[in-house]
Amino acid sequence: MTSMAEKRAVIRMFHVHKRYGAKQALVDATVDIAKNEFLFISGPSGAGKSTLLKLLYLAEPVSEGQILVDGMNLSRIPRRRIPMLRRKFGIIFQDYKLIPSRTVYENVALVLEVQGKKRSLIEKKVKSVLRVVGMEDRMTAYPPSLSGGEQQRVAVARAVAGDPKIILADEPTGSLDDESAATIFELLNMFYNRGATVVVATHDKALIENATGRVLQIRQGRLDPPPEI
Amino acid sequence: MIFYTRRAIKDILENRFLNVVTIITIALSVLIVSAFGLFFLNAQDMFNAWKKGVRIMVYLVPGTSEAQRLDTRYRLQTIAGIQSIRFISKEDALELMKDRMQRQTSLLDNMRENPLPDAFEVTLVTESNSPEKIEFLAQRIEGLPSVSEVEYGQQWIDRFANFFNLFKLVGYGMGAMFFMATVFIAANTIRLVLYSRREEIHIMRLVGATDNFIKFPFYLEGLIQGLSGGMIGLGMLFSAFSAIGSQFEQAMTAEMVAIRFFSMGTCAAILGGGMLTGLLGCFFSLNQFVKE
Repeated sequence: MTSMAEKRAVIRMFHVHKRYGAKQALVDATVDIAKNEFLFISGPSGAGKSTLLKLLYLAEPVSEGQILVDGMNLSRIPRRRIPMLRRKFGIIFQDYKLIPSRTVYENVALVLEVQGKKRSLIEKKVKSVLRVVGMEDRMTAYPPSLSGGEQQRVAVARAVAGDPKIILADEPTGSLDDESAATIFELLNMFYNRGATVVVATHDKALIENATGRVLQIRQGRLDPPPEI
Repeated sequence: MIFYTRRAIKDILENRFLNVVTIITIALSVLIVSAFGLFFLNAQDMFNAWKKGVRIMVYLVPGTSEAQRLDTRYRLQTIAGIQSIRFISKEDALELMKDRMQRQTSLLDNMRENPLPDAFEVTLVTESNSPEKIEFLAQRIEGLPSVSEVEYGQQWIDRFANFFNLFKLVGYGMGAMFFMATVFIAANTIRLVLYSRREEIHIMRLVGATDNFIKFPFYLEGLIQGLSGGMIGLGMLFSAFSAIGSQFEQAMTAEMVAIRFFSMGTCAAILGGGMLTGLLGCFFSLNQFVKE
């Protein structure tokens, strides 16, 4: 019988290992992440936080074990289906990963363009999310002309523009001052309250101390304590 | 489609230098190959015109009787591939010679007897104009009784045909080499563009872009580059043709065939070739890049 936890889990990892040559980046990671959960993955730099996130959106393949994302088994997913998997996520990076040669509007619109959405809908949606993150008046600006906090707000807008089920944030406040970090965290909270599952990998203790969600510690590639399924 | 085209044009403008290099490369290749093709086309026209005028002169043995002459004519008529037969008596031949020599006719006046033989001028049907067929017919005619000699400028035709075939082969070889070289250069230029935009492509992948979404604007870029290069190359050739052609026409005699430029269909095919070059360049570099 399927347990309630399994039913509600949007991400399931079973004994996942990740090796880079002889180096073990992730060791026997087993975890369930429930639908509309706010989860922090915390640990020092190099502990395996980013690796864990990368495995979820298949930026890296697992060395061993299995991962299920919204019912999709990542070990069995063909290459041509990977874009469909990635559209389930809104991903926020520490280095923002905005395209410098495209405007704020174009960067956010990209998510909807890859999904083949109509121009009118794209325009409406992009303006709407930029308004939410407070960047509506900088639509025509190029990322290099923005501050770090502004760029991260654009990255948040891009992450949520496609209405993803899951938001993955890899050190989203790592390069920001306290005020900008607080704004980003507020935005993540807002989308969590709107029903998204939010997974944040961070070593920012202040962020975790104020957190209301579950916190998973990771040290030397091991989740601590190993969560029960 | 409009979205992809707009993106392709924007990308071309953003990577202006690399794209201009590719367009110039394609233009020069189109110019060189097309120039060769144009020369070939006009040379072919001239050769065909000359071939149409191929005649076999059949000289009869001196002292051939009327009956033998009629018999030879009858035998000639039975040979397939012959269009017309005209008898030229030795008297007519002498008159013709006098006409052509004009000022030197006094040389001929002192002759006691006419040294020229009776002859038949044989014109061939178009299908028999190949050097092999002409030679075959000449050999058959030479074997007829009362025929002393057959003349058809065989060596000239053979030599020209050999040269022409060699020319054709060199043309094909050069065309193929230029095509490959251009595809290679276009592929490398696109690869440079791809490397300069690898971070952007990486980001597109992270937000869920499919390979086709990434590739399609590049293919359009390739087509646009190929079309632009083809148009520039063809335009340069036409300018050169117009400049040289007018001078050539002035020097031409009435018997020569007028030179001509490519037909609209051929121009379209050349532009298509340019587009194919750009497309193939993209195809090779993109396939490699996507695998990476």
